[in-house]
Amino acid sequence: MGPQHPSTHGVLRVELKLDGEKIIEAEPHIGYLHRCFEKHCEALTYPQIIPYVDRLDYLASMNNEFGFVLAVEKLLKIEIPERVEYIRVITGELQRIASHLVALGTFGLDVGAFTPFLFTFRDREKILNLFEITCGARLLYNYHWVGGVSHDLHPDFLRLTKEFIDYFRPKVEELNGLLSYNKIFIERTANIGVIPVDVAINYGVSGPSLRGSGIKWDIRKNDPYSIYNKFDFDIPVGQGLAGTLGDCWDRYFVRVLEIEQSLRILEQAIAQIPEGDVTSAIPKRVKPNEGISYARVENPKGELGFFIVSKGGVQPMRVKVRAPSFVNLSVFPEIAPGHMVSDVVAILGSLDIVLGEIDR
Amino acid sequence: MTTIFNVWDFLLILLYAIIPLAYIIPFALMAVYAERKISAWIQNRVGPNRTGPIGLFQTTADILKLMQKEDIVANGADKKLFLLAPIVVFIGSYAAYAALPFTSVYIGTNINLGVLYMVAISGFVVAGIIFAGWASDNKYSIMGSLRSAAQLVSYEIPTLFVIISIFAITQQFNLRELSEMQTSNILNWGIFGFDGLGYKRILLIPVLFVLMIILFISTLAEVNRTPFDLPEAESELVAGFHTEYSGMKFALFFLSEYANMFAVSGLVTAFFLGGYQSPFGYLGNLLGLSWLVPIEQVLWFLTKGILLVCVQIWMRWSLPRLRMDQLMRVCWKYLIPIGFVCFIYITIVMYL
Amino acid sequence: MKSFEEILELLKSNFSGENDISSSKEGTEDIINVSPSLIKEVSKFLASTEGLEFDSLILLSGVDDENGEKVKQEDESNDITGGTLSVYYHIESVKLVHKLILKVSVERENPVTTSVSSVWGCANWHEREAFDMIGIIFNEHPDLKRILMPYDWEGGYPLRKDYRNPEFYNGMKVPY
Repeated sequence: MGPQHPSTHGVLRVELKLDGEKIIEAEPHIGYLHRCFEKHCEALTYPQIIPYVDRLDYLASMNNEFGFVLAVEKLLKIEIPERVEYIRVITGELQRIASHLVALGTFGLDVGAFTPFLFTFRDREKILNLFEITCGARLLYNYHWVGGVSHDLHPDFLRLTKEFIDYFRPKVEELNGLLSYNKIFIERTANIGVIPVDVAINYGVSGPSLRGSGIKWDIRKNDPYSIYNKFDFDIPVGQGLAGTLGDCWDRYFVRVLEIEQSLRILEQAIAQIPEGDVTSAIPKRVKPNEGISYARVENPKGELGFFIVSKGGVQPMRVKVRAPSFVNLSVFPEIAPGHMVSDVVAILGSLDIVLGEIDR
Repeated sequence: MTTIFNVWDFLLILLYAIIPLAYIIPFALMAVYAERKISAWIQNRVGPNRTGPIGLFQTTADILKLMQKEDIVANGADKKLFLLAPIVVFIGSYAAYAALPFTSVYIGTNINLGVLYMVAISGFVVAGIIFAGWASDNKYSIMGSLRSAAQLVSYEIPTLFVIISIFAITQQFNLRELSEMQTSNILNWGIFGFDGLGYKRILLIPVLFVLMIILFISTLAEVNRTPFDLPEAESELVAGFHTEYSGMKFALFFLSEYANMFAVSGLVTAFFLGGYQSPFGYLGNLLGLSWLVPIEQVLWFLTKGILLVCVQIWMRWSLPRLRMDQLMRVCWKYLIPIGFVCFIYITIVMYL
Repeated sequence: MKSFEEILELLKSNFSGENDISSSKEGTEDIINVSPSLIKEVSKFLASTEGLEFDSLILLSGVDDENGEKVKQEDESNDITGGTLSVYYHIESVKLVHKLILKVSVERENPVTTSVSSVWGCANWHEREAFDMIGIIFNEHPDLKRILMPYDWEGGYPLRKDYRNPEFYNGMKVPY
């Protein structure tokens, strides 16, 4: 299944060994979108890397920047104002909803349901409008800077976000009615691509793909960063409602439930956000001490980590990105054999990969 | 050497044959436009609205565009079969119109085996699809066309069960006679048990509803529409058996798909929804103008057929796609047993 | 949930040889240095012992330590000889919620170490990437080939500090 295929979420080549319609072996070949991100980082200063970080997982840029900025701030050991923390959480959760909407819509499209795709994109437009009034960009923001954010929130932002939350809550029910409980959709996705628990942990799967197999592991709760310990939210896990535990439907449904939890966090954050100056802690020159640091955040796709090795200069010596889609895709050769060719598309859609992260 | 071949007879036959064609082409134009508009409304969009007053000339523009496209034939393709395939598929769809009961006065051919003729002709379509897949010299096209052939052949069986069930009730294969049997008011329609059966109608009505649904589903599969459109959508690579076709040949495939859609909708209305009869008297009869009646009948038939086509379009844009083995399972494990049980039940009721 | 010192003690007591296990501090992080020949046993030990149960590898990254001798070339760039390449392993336990960082240093001229992909399946693709980008060879890896660069790339290992682009690749001029 070649690099140009309407259903593989980017340029991914999957080599399948078939026996009639059944798959015996599957091997993904990646590297078609390799843009030498890590080599670039060694020639740029830390603030200059942030636009490049955006383009890793281009559907969840706010979370990418969050992770990178956390890693650099760990090396710098600076204090960030509380308003900045709240802004980061709000934009991160909004971005999580937007990314999940894309994942759900394109998953439906892969399976053959054309309409939910347009419904989810219509709602995503509203989120992108919110981002546009904040930082001017709809998809790739360059908003989180080391030590703060680049602009303060627009005065109407909080009111508009509240309106969005009220508008969007019933839409999740509509999506459920249209797609999640549809008998044909369940037939296409239940009992397909089951990831057993021990395989999932051994292969380092993270994010909704791991939670779909029943494990309650979320970086926001298990290794809290920023101010996530101030919020009250649940971690949805898959329960095998439609078939085996850990199948495609479970992973899909975990994403639907996570949208609701993100809405909860958003409500609490909007209620609690303090005033303050957002640019006060941004250093003039980002020159961390020598050392290594590893910071990880909960990306919509999984656990995103940045490993920075610094030798004390303004440019890092090595930046390594632990991309969640890279690790999630490595479990594909384990779970694909035994299914049919049409299921490959369903499995890839449920793992929710973005080639920008895999190839960097 | 008697005068079997009379020029006037030949011209009359030609006229009879051209009329469905004169219907298919505007219908296909309108159906493509309707599909795009309806899908847009379902998906919260607008659809075509630039070409023509509200986008009405969109399909004409598409046809003009397709006609001037380069006709690409792949190198390894079997040229004769490649050219023949769309023609065969179109002939299959078009020939089915010969038996559709448009009115009581005109029917393409008043053949006594109307229904069986239609089912047999749809085998032509299967052959055409296999030609298309094979001649494309593209292994994904071959797989797509094989799947499509398997699907079409399997779903003819529930169709036949429904047909023989109706035959057990009405003893008629002739579609015009079937429509005649559903006269005068809506309660005489096929779905409510036809005319002149007395108390047996009460027993038959639920089964006839079930049979109508079975017929609708299996004819949906015959025309390769979602949720059964695996052969022509996704299918490993782009478009299944008509991947390699461009320009006018592709337009012919498209045309025959919409023609097929109406043909099977016509079949369902002829069986269950009263054919060309109106649910309540004719205006022509009321006013005493007997030439108005056939025209009204045409209008009724077209309305019911187009309504069913709209239902098919609606289903396409709401439901996901079934996988190949699930498709087969629906046919062999569900539709055929249910059809068989209904048939046995109907024969028992008729025997009483 | 064990602290860093306890884990260090456990490792030291189970693996003899003073230079094989040692700890150091880079910046604010404590890491354990392991010698290349022992890394597989240490990983197996860490993954399977009661109380440690490091069942998940978060990250495996190769780093070019740039600590060799720089030899100047004609085109103003440097070739590095000597020095080390390192592999950092970040592992954690989902059950007991503790983390650890291991480090393996290999020589630049002979960068060979053992693969841990039989212990943690995650390591498979990460080691392929370390091989592809930095040039570290992992013994006993099931399928060590390039992952991001094309499979027949001859030009070297891109993330090394002394990497230069080759002139031609398969007949195409490389830096266009």
